[in-house]
Amino acid sequence: MIKAILIFNNHGKPRLIRFYQYFAEDMQQQIIRETFHLVSKRDDNVCNFLEGGSLIGGSDYKLIYRHYATLYFVFCVDSSESELGILDLIQVFVETLDKCFENVCELDLIFHMDKVHYILQEVVMGGMVLETNMNEIVAQVELQNRMEKSEASDQ
Amino acid sequence: MALKIVKGSIDRMFDKNLQDLVRGIRNHKEDEAKYISTCIDEIKQELKQDNIAVKANAVCKLTYLQMLGYDVSWAAFNIVEVMSSSKFTYKRIGYLAASQCFHEGTDVIMLTTNQIRKDLSSPNQYDTGVALTGLSCFVTPDLARDLANDIMTLMSHTKPYIRKKAVLIMYKVFLKYPESLRPAFPRLKEKLEDPDPGVQSAAVNVICELARRNPKNYLSLAPLFFKLMTSSTNNWVLIKIIKLFGALTPLEPRLGKKLIEPLTNLIHSTSAMSLLYECVNTVIAVLISLSSGMPNHSASIQLCVQKLRILIEDSDQNLKYLGLLAMSKILKTHPKSVQSHKDLILQCLDDKDESIRLRALDLLYGMVSKKNLMEIVKKLMLHVDKAEGTTYRDELLTKIIDICSQSNFQYITNFEWYISILVELTRLEGTRHGHLIASQMLDVAIRVKAIRGFAVAQMATLLDNAHLLTGNTQRNGICEVLYAAAWICGEFSEHLEDPMQTLEAMLRPKVATLPGHIQAVYVQNAAKLFATVLRKHDGETESQAAQETSQLLIDRLPLFVQSANLEVQERASCILQLVKYIQKLQQKNVEVAEEVTALFAGELNPVAPKAQKKVPIPEGLDLDAWINEPPSGSESEDEKPKAVFAKEEPKHSRSRHTEVDEKELARRREVRKQEQASNPFYIKASPSSQKVYDAPGVEHIPVVQIDLSVPLKVPGMPMSDQYLKLEEERRQKEKAERKKKEKKKKREKRGKERKADSGPESEEDITPAHQVDIVTEEMPENALPSDDDDKDPNDPHKALDIDLDKPLADSDKLPVRTHRPEVLKSPAEDRDGESVPQETKKKSGKEKKKDKEKDRKRSKEEKKKKKKPKEVEEELLESQPEEAVQSEETKEAAAPPTSTSAEASDLDFWLSSAPVPPAAQEVTAPSSSAAAVDTSSAAAPESEPDEPKDTEPEDTKSSKHKKKKQKKEKEEKEKKKKKRHHHHHQHHGDAGGEDSVQNGTVEEEEPLPPMSNYSLLAENSYIKMMKEDADQVYDIQGNHQDESKVVVSVIFENKSDSFLKAMEFNVLDSLNSKLQRPEGAGAHDSLTVPFQLPPGVSNEARFVFSVQSIVMPQKLKGTLTFIVKSDESSTHEKLDFKLHFTCTSYLITTPCYSDAYAKLLESGDLKGSSLRLEGINMPFHHLLARICFHHHFSVVERIDSCASMYSRSIQGHHVCLLVKTSDQTVSIDAKCDEPSLLGNVLDEIKQTFSKC
Repeated sequence: MIKAILIFNNHGKPRLIRFYQYFAEDMQQQIIRETFHLVSKRDDNVCNFLEGGSLIGGSDYKLIYRHYATLYFVFCVDSSESELGILDLIQVFVETLDKCFENVCELDLIFHMDKVHYILQEVVMGGMVLETNMNEIVAQVELQNRMEKSEASDQ
Repeated sequence: MALKIVKGSIDRMFDKNLQDLVRGIRNHKEDEAKYISTCIDEIKQELKQDNIAVKANAVCKLTYLQMLGYDVSWAAFNIVEVMSSSKFTYKRIGYLAASQCFHEGTDVIMLTTNQIRKDLSSPNQYDTGVALTGLSCFVTPDLARDLANDIMTLMSHTKPYIRKKAVLIMYKVFLKYPESLRPAFPRLKEKLEDPDPGVQSAAVNVICELARRNPKNYLSLAPLFFKLMTSSTNNWVLIKIIKLFGALTPLEPRLGKKLIEPLTNLIHSTSAMSLLYECVNTVIAVLISLSSGMPNHSASIQLCVQKLRILIEDSDQNLKYLGLLAMSKILKTHPKSVQSHKDLILQCLDDKDESIRLRALDLLYGMVSKKNLMEIVKKLMLHVDKAEGTTYRDELLTKIIDICSQSNFQYITNFEWYISILVELTRLEGTRHGHLIASQMLDVAIRVKAIRGFAVAQMATLLDNAHLLTGNTQRNGICEVLYAAAWICGEFSEHLEDPMQTLEAMLRPKVATLPGHIQAVYVQNAAKLFATVLRKHDGETESQAAQETSQLLIDRLPLFVQSANLEVQERASCILQLVKYIQKLQQKNVEVAEEVTALFAGELNPVAPKAQKKVPIPEGLDLDAWINEPPSGSESEDEKPKAVFAKEEPKHSRSRHTEVDEKELARRREVRKQEQASNPFYIKASPSSQKVYDAPGVEHIPVVQIDLSVPLKVPGMPMSDQYLKLEEERRQKEKAERKKKEKKKKREKRGKERKADSGPESEEDITPAHQVDIVTEEMPENALPSDDDDKDPNDPHKALDIDLDKPLADSDKLPVRTHRPEVLKSPAEDRDGESVPQETKKKSGKEKKKDKEKDRKRSKEEKKKKKKPKEVEEELLESQPEEAVQSEETKEAAAPPTSTSAEASDLDFWLSSAPVPPAAQEVTAPSSSAAAVDTSSAAAPESEPDEPKDTEPEDTKSSKHKKKKQKKEKEEKEKKKKKRHHHHHQHHGDAGGEDSVQNGTVEEEEPLPPMSNYSLLAENSYIKMMKEDADQVYDIQGNHQDESKVVVSVIFENKSDSFLKAMEFNVLDSLNSKLQRPEGAGAHDSLTVPFQLPPGVSNEARFVFSVQSIVMPQKLKGTLTFIVKSDESSTHEKLDFKLHFTCTSYLITTPCYSDAYAKLLESGDLKGSSLRLEGINMPFHHLLARICFHHHFSVVERIDSCASMYSRSIQGHHVCLLVKTSDQTVSIDAKCDEPSLLGNVLDEIKQTFSKC
């Protein structure tokens, strides 16, 4: 199970947060801060796994993250997920974003948080991996966007 | 102009979308909070508008603000509004917001149930998809219960996109509503073989999550997963399955053996590192599970270790990390194969990556042996010196202590070395773990008797140099060790070389700066030392030394008497008075040493940490009962129970009040000092008195001489290193000696070895430096052996520990929600209502109005939907015959064990047979049909016969193919039979209860009397035959349009003292009814009963009859022949019997909704008849239960003393009853489309009641 997905930038500003277990807002912010603190002090050439985010989970949980330019993509997962598998999944997610936004950059995420959520919803659902095939994800996202457009033009 | 401005601002208000909000926030970096609060005000305005587009826009912005940490739960109702928009665009926004901020405590969630249900059944797949996604995030137990059935239907949706989402969300539903697991499981299992890989992957995902927590319930799926593993090419699915196998193998070692080969192949062939890694992981799990039984898997271990070494050596830090992680798993069972890579792991300790260093440390923990412990710890000590940052250093420190103290100090051969390591650790700057070191010192000194002398000497030097530890305020954490040092010196003071000196060190004025709890220990142990000194000088007349000691105490103790800490004060003043008294006695030359030592006599033994918990409660003691009834009025008195046992550490007793005092004192001291400084007449303390204690460093502390064969000190090395060297020398010497000895006496082996010291074979050669006597911890007498106190009772997965192989029972069904007709209530709906009392109650107040409004709005939809339940019902009815065909096929094929209930034996079969893939296929196909059986019977409520249905095929099969296993099965069957009996009773008890609730009033009703289905068939002195009412009925469609099958189960009970065997069962067929015989048998051949009966044993056999017409009851004559075998002789006997097929036995309990029932009666196709029963003296619900039980009816509706009932024959005849009661008369009006059947059924009902 994936317990939380966090995207924040090099300064710790959240760009997308998705918790699959309930935390109150202040707790969520604290988790983001702590996670940022843990992740940001690590070099780029160290491993992408991190134990001991004390706020989420306990010993069974790991932070698996990737750092792209100005953004950190952090997944908090338990031991039923494959570590390398999740790393691949982050890659798939980012590539999907890249396709949907055409050369994605931090600004896309800032201004289109909702769209990023909709894309993420096609990848992970309720903490479980829904789809790993990028073409399938992109196809579903586009179909839904098309529906949205047709609804807008109806008005 | 003004108008323009107004218009502009309105426009802006409408136009400010998410992008504008974000831009605005970015432009107001300085006063972000203020800007956002104005935005929130705007949003509140927008939410008040009627325009849904504006609302949706506002909700979208709220979702963004939620991310920034703003609580938006106040808008929950607006979110629900947006969710219920008919437009996908807005709906999506609403569900997103809900998924971000709804949780179980959100009360508007209960308003969403119907909206979500509507979206789930929307014709637009994306509406459904969005609803499923949203629901997956905020599903509550109520939602899960109400929507479980809807989601289950979606699992068979035509679009794979919906199917996969529905499958995934089922996991969440199971978590919130565990009752849904059993009914939904068969379909979930089906989805493992869905044609769409995405759906398949989702199903694998869900089952893996379930199986991870309760693996034993999913063992029976192993063959299916095995097939998937060998056929699938999707790495995601493979990884999940392989992980699942990792969880299953510990339960079934045979599975592991089967897995090794394909996994090894995968390891060799795959290029995906993630897959390779998981394969290695699972192979490790397999090897662990096999480690006890199968020694010969060294090749696989080697392969794993080899592959892991490659990972660890890889430049990719991720692989390195994972390699170490997996390595630590191998370590537990195959430490030797890992230990050979010690170099690599020690290398990782130098890695720049902390994650990797920590992993390597973990590995070290398991890699130590008696041989290498000292060496490894030495390396770690070097790292401790080098380490930057206190966290990592503290981690190292705890690891060193963990490594050394693991499994009761198993690997320590030389405790002197360990003590010196501990002492060296006290030199660490700024560690937080002073307490840990202290407890280790105490532990070792208490439990290892032989080391006490050395420990005391070391502690004495520590005490003597206490200022080194306490001098620096940064090192406050470490002064905890003084606590241990003082206690050890006091408690074991008989080992002290110079107790006088230690006593002096403990009473220095500087001690008063230590924390209170340490001072208290100092004072107490000073008294112990005093006793030792007195004892030492005992017998010397007019001992100067003894009197000097008393004087020392009398001089120094007043300092502590003034302490702000109560504990210190109390102890000090107590001891001071004692010493004063002793001094008086000494001056009179009275011998006091004996009495003073008696104060501290006796040894303190370590107590096991769980000892208190394990004290058994004496019989007859009720801990919850009041000892004295509490006085009614005085609640304030029993606020807190007083602590019964004194706290171990006095530091807890320090109150805030005294802290204030301390501050005050410090302030006064400061003032006084200043006064003194400015007073030329005040004589200041000379600094020289302090200098005395300023020794250069711990290394140079003169070590107390210990009686060892080799001199201790090697100059220029820290203490522990000296030991390392000594140890090596000692070992070599020992080796040489042993060689000599072994030559002389080969047989006499070391008898001195203690249990606690015996390590692996190779390590036994190392004898400990001194005989170590590890005192074990004390446990109370009759300690309870249980060790299950570690489990978390709140784990949600505990509720999901459900046996999935058991056939579904009546209680295992999902609540099906139907729409509420205005007047009539259907039983299913009532059941629903019964289970949602909270919801309805909550709704009752404020929400009623809203509900009404909504109802009006929704009335159109409802009309549409009203048709649906009926359709569903019809489907169910249709599916039943189909299922019958399927299971019939299974039975006739009588293939190797294939039914659901026999799945455990399936697994055995699969595991034992060599050729895999074909067998697996064979197994899976029927099991899915069995799954169909389960689903449909689950969906049909009150389907009483479903249990026998499942066992039936097994029986036939067993009769033909499993004679070997007969004995075992006999027992099982017997158990089942008992259970079924029980089950029947229970079920009807339930039914009765339900009936009563149907009227909305719960009556206090007596429990139902037990009812049995079995009636005597025939009996003689040898055997008794009991027949169950034809309990299983199959309706055969297709070729035999007008032929039905009836299964009769007969219990054979051996009443004699002899062995009964070769039982043959034969029936004279009539035109209408025929006994089903195996193919090729003649029409008059008898059937062999598939078991033998030892004396006193009974067993059950089933016989299948084909019946053409069911409107008339049937009687068949039959004979049972058998051989009675006693010790002396054997005789052939026979028993005649008559089988009676009642018309009732052709009826199937079928539920019917009241509206359908009403239609049926209106249709006019039914012909009526009636019956009157006089003198019935039983409660109405008993009467109904009896009819339900004996005649397979179900209650459609009950109002007071009137009930409508329904049943259906195997050939589709409807039978309707209207039962009324007044006084002792019961009148039954009945209608049926087949009058003769009805007449016979009524006769049988009459008979049932005439019997009682």
